[in-house]
Amino acid sequence: MSANALYLRTPLPALAGLLQRRRLLLPALLLGPPLLWFCGVYLGSLLSLLWQGFHGFDDFSMRVLPTLTLANYGKIFDDANFEIVLRTLAMATAVTLAAAAISFPIAYYMARHASRALKGLFYVGVMLPMWASYIVKAYSWTVILAKGGILYWALGKLHLAGAMDALLTLPVVGGSTLSTSNLGRFVVFTYLWLPFMILPIQAALERVPPNLLQASADLGANAAQTFRHVTWPLAFPGVVAGSIFTFSLTLGDYIIPQLVGPPGLYIGSYVYVQQGAVGNIPMAAAFTVVPIVLVTIYLAIAKRLGAFDAL
Amino acid sequence: MPSPPAVEFDGVSRSYGKVQAVDRVSLAVRDGEFFSMLGPSGSGKTTCLRLVAGFEQPSSGSIRLHGTEVAGVPPNRRDVNTVFQDYALFPHMDVRDNIAYGLMVKGVAKDERQARAADALRLVGLEGLGARKPAQLSGGQRQRVALARAIVNRPRVLLLDEPLGALDLKLREQMQVELKSLQRQLGITFVYVTHDQGEALSMSDRVAVFNHGRIEQVDTPRELYMRPRTRFVADFVGGSNVIHGARAQRLDAAGAAFAIRPELVRVSRDPPQDAGVASMPGTVRDVQYHGASSRIEVELEGGDRIVASVQNGETGGAALPAPGEPVHAWWPRAAMVALEDSPG
Repeated sequence: MSANALYLRTPLPALAGLLQRRRLLLPALLLGPPLLWFCGVYLGSLLSLLWQGFHGFDDFSMRVLPTLTLANYGKIFDDANFEIVLRTLAMATAVTLAAAAISFPIAYYMARHASRALKGLFYVGVMLPMWASYIVKAYSWTVILAKGGILYWALGKLHLAGAMDALLTLPVVGGSTLSTSNLGRFVVFTYLWLPFMILPIQAALERVPPNLLQASADLGANAAQTFRHVTWPLAFPGVVAGSIFTFSLTLGDYIIPQLVGPPGLYIGSYVYVQQGAVGNIPMAAAFTVVPIVLVTIYLAIAKRLGAFDAL
Repeated sequence: MPSPPAVEFDGVSRSYGKVQAVDRVSLAVRDGEFFSMLGPSGSGKTTCLRLVAGFEQPSSGSIRLHGTEVAGVPPNRRDVNTVFQDYALFPHMDVRDNIAYGLMVKGVAKDERQARAADALRLVGLEGLGARKPAQLSGGQRQRVALARAIVNRPRVLLLDEPLGALDLKLREQMQVELKSLQRQLGITFVYVTHDQGEALSMSDRVAVFNHGRIEQVDTPRELYMRPRTRFVADFVGGSNVIHGARAQRLDAAGAAFAIRPELVRVSRDPPQDAGVASMPGTVRDVQYHGASSRIEVELEGGDRIVASVQNGETGGAALPAPGEPVHAWWPRAAMVALEDSPG
């Protein structure tokens, strides 16, 4: 009787009854809209973008043709275009390795040694740059790295200007100034994506139960062995997660390659030029596939290395 | 000359800020002994185990393993291995690699460590599960892997931190038997931490009862049960009735407190006529039927409660008194054990 009274007090008894009878209705109502958004806006638009890559393009009239062709994907392997892919890939790899090398000790300290207050301070410190505008940071770096900028000034005060000049004479990394060298571009990329590497590694290290480290020591392992056989394998998924960010963000970026470093297109800036200045949407779409394929290959390698064994 | 104790504590204390987790503990575990540390949670028993393993350092006092002072010796250089409460198996390694871990870090050749891991796996009855990951095992199986991972190193002392705590009753009883026979077979000193007095009594050669960071009594299970020295031990080990204060003095002016075990207390409607028994009137408050026995709680005149555990025998407990009934609780005077105060 009291249960009945409760039931009657629900605002829409008819609806409540319907939901009781049709077990799948509620999950469908709750999951339907987000799923629709995900499939339509995320996957649907991505598939339609990839589909664009199969269309032809008339260079003369600058119009997309309805004919279907594999030519755009073939053009990726032209010398000039493939060089763009390799250039971007090399930078993405270098940035990822550097970010991992810088992040791991910081993340380790945050996860294992920092007090609560200090950890909070670290969180703010790591994320604060992410809250500032990307464009402002990018332009700031052009000023910092420019001849007569603060970095050159500081190096001059430290009597290291000569060393910097010597570094810039090196092939590939060098250039006439820091702001027009690959070294400068590498520094900016590494700076920008660092939080994306620190946070996943920190989270992974935080999840390693301390008693596993004790068990390792108990079984006779010294600190280095414990790190190699227990800490590192369990933190590795975090490193991979972080590197997916740094890797794909570098592969897709089109601002930094225009502002810092030597001339020469990156995958991102090539796509930008193709769909903007040139208007060749099919070619831009075909080139979009390149980062997707590269990240897929990267994940396959990571899986073979056992990155996801502990998940 | 007798061999030095496997584990020896000499006035060991461990404090965390103002909290004294272990307070001037001295004990000696004999070589080859099954030694239990029994106590409620927070009594300092696990801290003592961690002091032996080397995860904690004493604030004062000295710890010797086989006669050697171990102050400052890190866990990886102590000839002891631990079976952790929650097993602490490495989730990214299969069972075989987990077990062989200790041998691997010591540089034992691959063939030998595989063979020894297989032996250890057989010893704990998990043959054929070497390729599984810990996540694919049941709780009982994980427990056995943790055991195998520790004993494969042939430590001189094996530390077990409530190893059966997460298992269900039936499995726990089975593992108690297996642990005891394993200990006999290997001849390793076992130091076993538990809060379960039944577990401690059934397996151990000797038991140390902990309370508030102190040892209340170290004795064989039989002595602990038959002759508890303090109120805490009487109550914690075997759930004895403790009679103290004026009531104790009325029975015997000599002692301040007595323990009397529930299975020696009798309950009857008429007062006993035997001169050799102590008897007190009271009222039945609760009767619990446990099958083979029943537990009768009697409220004595003046307020204290006393528990009698009576065998139900052939009648199956048909003649038990009912709650509210006035009765006499009585027991042989010879069965009363005089208690001291806990060490202060």
